[in-house]
Amino acid sequence: MIRVGIDVGGTNTDAVLMDGTQVVHWVKTPTTADVTGGVLRALELVLTESGFAPEKVGAVMIGTTHFTNAIVERRDLAPTAVIRLGLPATQALPPMVDWPEDLRRALGEHVYLAHGGFEFDGRPISPLDPLELRKIAEDIKAKGVRNVAISAVFSPINPEVEAEAARIVREVIPDAKITLSSEIGRIGLLERENAAILNASLQDLGHKIVRAFSQALRDAGIPAPFYLTQNDGTLMSAEFAEKFPVLTIASGPTNSMRGAAFLSGIKEAIVVDVGGTTTDVGALHHGFPREASIAVEVGGVRTNFRMPDVLSLGLGGGSIVEREPLKIGPESVGFRLTEEALVFGGSTLTATDIAVAAGMAEVGDARRVRNLDPAFVEAAVERMQRMIADAVDRMLLSPEPIPVIVVGGGSILVRDRVRNLPTIKPDHYPVANAVGAAIAQISGEVDRVYALAEIPREKALEEARSEAKQRAVEAGADPSTVEIVEVEDVPLAYLPGNATRIRVKAVGDLRLA
Amino acid sequence: MRRTWKLNEADLEALAIGAAILGTGGGGNPYLGKLRARALLRQGYEIRVLPFDALEDEDVIVSVGGIGAPVVGIEKIEKGDECYRAMRALEAYTGYRVTALIPAEIGGSNSIEPLIAAASADLPVVDADGMGRAFPEVQMCTYFIYGARPYPAALADEKGNTVILGKVQDMYWLEKLARTVAVDMGAAAGFALPPMRGEEIRRTAVPYTLTQALNLGRAVLEARARRENPIESVLKVTNGVLLFVGKVVDVQRRIERGFARGWVRIEGFEAFRGSSLVIDIQNENLVARRDGKVVATVPDLITVLDLETAEPITTETVRYGFRVAVVGLPAHPRLKTPQALEVVGPRAFGYDLDYRPLKGEV
Repeated sequence: MIRVGIDVGGTNTDAVLMDGTQVVHWVKTPTTADVTGGVLRALELVLTESGFAPEKVGAVMIGTTHFTNAIVERRDLAPTAVIRLGLPATQALPPMVDWPEDLRRALGEHVYLAHGGFEFDGRPISPLDPLELRKIAEDIKAKGVRNVAISAVFSPINPEVEAEAARIVREVIPDAKITLSSEIGRIGLLERENAAILNASLQDLGHKIVRAFSQALRDAGIPAPFYLTQNDGTLMSAEFAEKFPVLTIASGPTNSMRGAAFLSGIKEAIVVDVGGTTTDVGALHHGFPREASIAVEVGGVRTNFRMPDVLSLGLGGGSIVEREPLKIGPESVGFRLTEEALVFGGSTLTATDIAVAAGMAEVGDARRVRNLDPAFVEAAVERMQRMIADAVDRMLLSPEPIPVIVVGGGSILVRDRVRNLPTIKPDHYPVANAVGAAIAQISGEVDRVYALAEIPREKALEEARSEAKQRAVEAGADPSTVEIVEVEDVPLAYLPGNATRIRVKAVGDLRLA
Repeated sequence: MRRTWKLNEADLEALAIGAAILGTGGGGNPYLGKLRARALLRQGYEIRVLPFDALEDEDVIVSVGGIGAPVVGIEKIEKGDECYRAMRALEAYTGYRVTALIPAEIGGSNSIEPLIAAASADLPVVDADGMGRAFPEVQMCTYFIYGARPYPAALADEKGNTVILGKVQDMYWLEKLARTVAVDMGAAAGFALPPMRGEEIRRTAVPYTLTQALNLGRAVLEARARRENPIESVLKVTNGVLLFVGKVVDVQRRIERGFARGWVRIEGFEAFRGSSLVIDIQNENLVARRDGKVVATVPDLITVLDLETAEPITTETVRYGFRVAVVGLPAHPRLKTPQALEVVGPRAFGYDLDYRPLKGEV
């Protein structure tokens, strides 16, 4: 099958065309302000240059920054109402309490508290009040708001009350676009609710982007479906993306790491992705990025998304190098590298110039760095190796030697070995991110509290496993390829009945029609 | 008007960090409490602190805090007046008029609960607490260790229920009965401890711990702002010891009698390369062993901090691969008398170990 992977980065939009597991061709084009224009350009370029007919493409996978940008820049966000079910509990901190003022205003501050929600053991805190909800829905309708987020206390252990509230809201507002917190996040009411609100506010943009990408594919003559990549390195279908656009946030580093694993064929490794301004160092485990579990802020809002655990350093191909004393980065010439670096005829000494002077790379005009002092060049090269080695060392999980995979446009800065570890620069390393998008799989996840007094641990795990698999299939995975990649159970302190929180993630290959 | 000082919004930021560090891995996250206290300040309420040396013998002091499970706290957020109503219920039952509140534990979320209740009641909070850190159970308060009467106490939930524990046999019964009531209330309730006299607080409490938590948090925030090493700042303001630097390579957790028990293993790097540290956990970090040799024990504080930011890492969130510094902070002398060690020393937690001071402790 032919697939095209596209990664929209801050500087470049990369596209790669793959035939099965082979990379056939790749291109890099500048990212455009509207994003979609750059995507279409990359798509057309990779097809014309490789000579493949658009009809042959089986699927297009896109990693995009659209939704991150919308939140960070507070634009294209729909007015959004939020209904939280939990009264009389939770009044102390109403929804959006810790949001930046401007973002809260952008969404309109339509905040409602209602009865409903559960105790940790599944008892209701208070019964759902249909009349109360109908009044809230009428009020939302009167304000002309159509996007609604619904959260409920302990909805991850029982999503029914959120679904019931959604039914009532729909009776009043038939065209409401509703996000349920239980569909999107984990235990932790505020963070899960925040993610649901952000998602609801992105629905209109999601719809627009999905249509724009469909149009771009049509314009390029590609009849195949497209998918967006999520921050856990898996895909979602266009329909799913329209419903859950927030899950695309921060998919970039994940795509690089997944691409590195694929291109090298190595599943346990450290990945060093050297870009123009920064280097991201992460760890691969079973071929997936290890996840960070500290609360992640998106545009100033706390969420509990799945994010890859990445250490970022201010070192890249465009890093500015200063002498006496020697200093490399974090300042960078960024995308102006091909104008400002010495080897490209500019006047700024960059990390790329050092690599060329040291004979580690052949880019630009090497004669322009001929008169750099060899001792200084050597010291600068050493410094860069040490910066990377220190970061790699921190990401290592054990003293066992594991390989270091080096990818990204700035990979020329890295020597053959990092400390005592062998480095691997796989073929097509400059577009590992787009490859990561192209090969992404489909996932399903469950995160729930079980009372082990009522259900044996093995049975609880089995239930969570089969539900995670089911969710993966619903999201578009081929059932015969779905497997469990992550199981975590954390016993909860102070609770009777041996309460335990179980998280399971399943992934499978994309099911093709 | 009494001699008090006020907390502002910036202080709350610092306090939340300091309290989490003093939580030694447990105590619950002070983040939600910080938001609630901030909301009260913005509505015009005042959070006033009564210096330890301004306590009068006749003061009537009640210690309030949340009781339940931290994971419930982050999901079923409080209605907001649980501790306040527990305190008022106790006043109604005893006929006393409370003159100030005090935290039961300065570590974790219970550092901020009394500030919220005190602001609502327009009362000051005493600059002291009953643990100087976080502990899992109420009998581990210095108030009871040094003889405060363990009754009457009160609990309140968000639904309007209040329960008075009119008479309990001892501080262990107080813990047991309060815990049972709290679980029925949904594993999150406001808890008010028996009223104490100012004279009693002076004799039993761990003094100036609000100030300590504030200074600790400020030191971390200032170091981050100046891009200096925040771990060093933590050590400096606490007279603490750097026990280890490394990455978490293994975490084991299980539940025994309602407590999260387990251990964390950390492989060293930098100056600790080739060495490993194992921390035993029972809700909080209790014993640290470097290459098999004990280097710190409860009641001294063993805290795991993110290596870059000094953000404290709790026993529930610690995971494989975290890069951390482990610091040992000396506990207050009131936690280290023979009488106190019987309740909060290593043997009280089932270890066949005697308490040993931190190396380098003055």
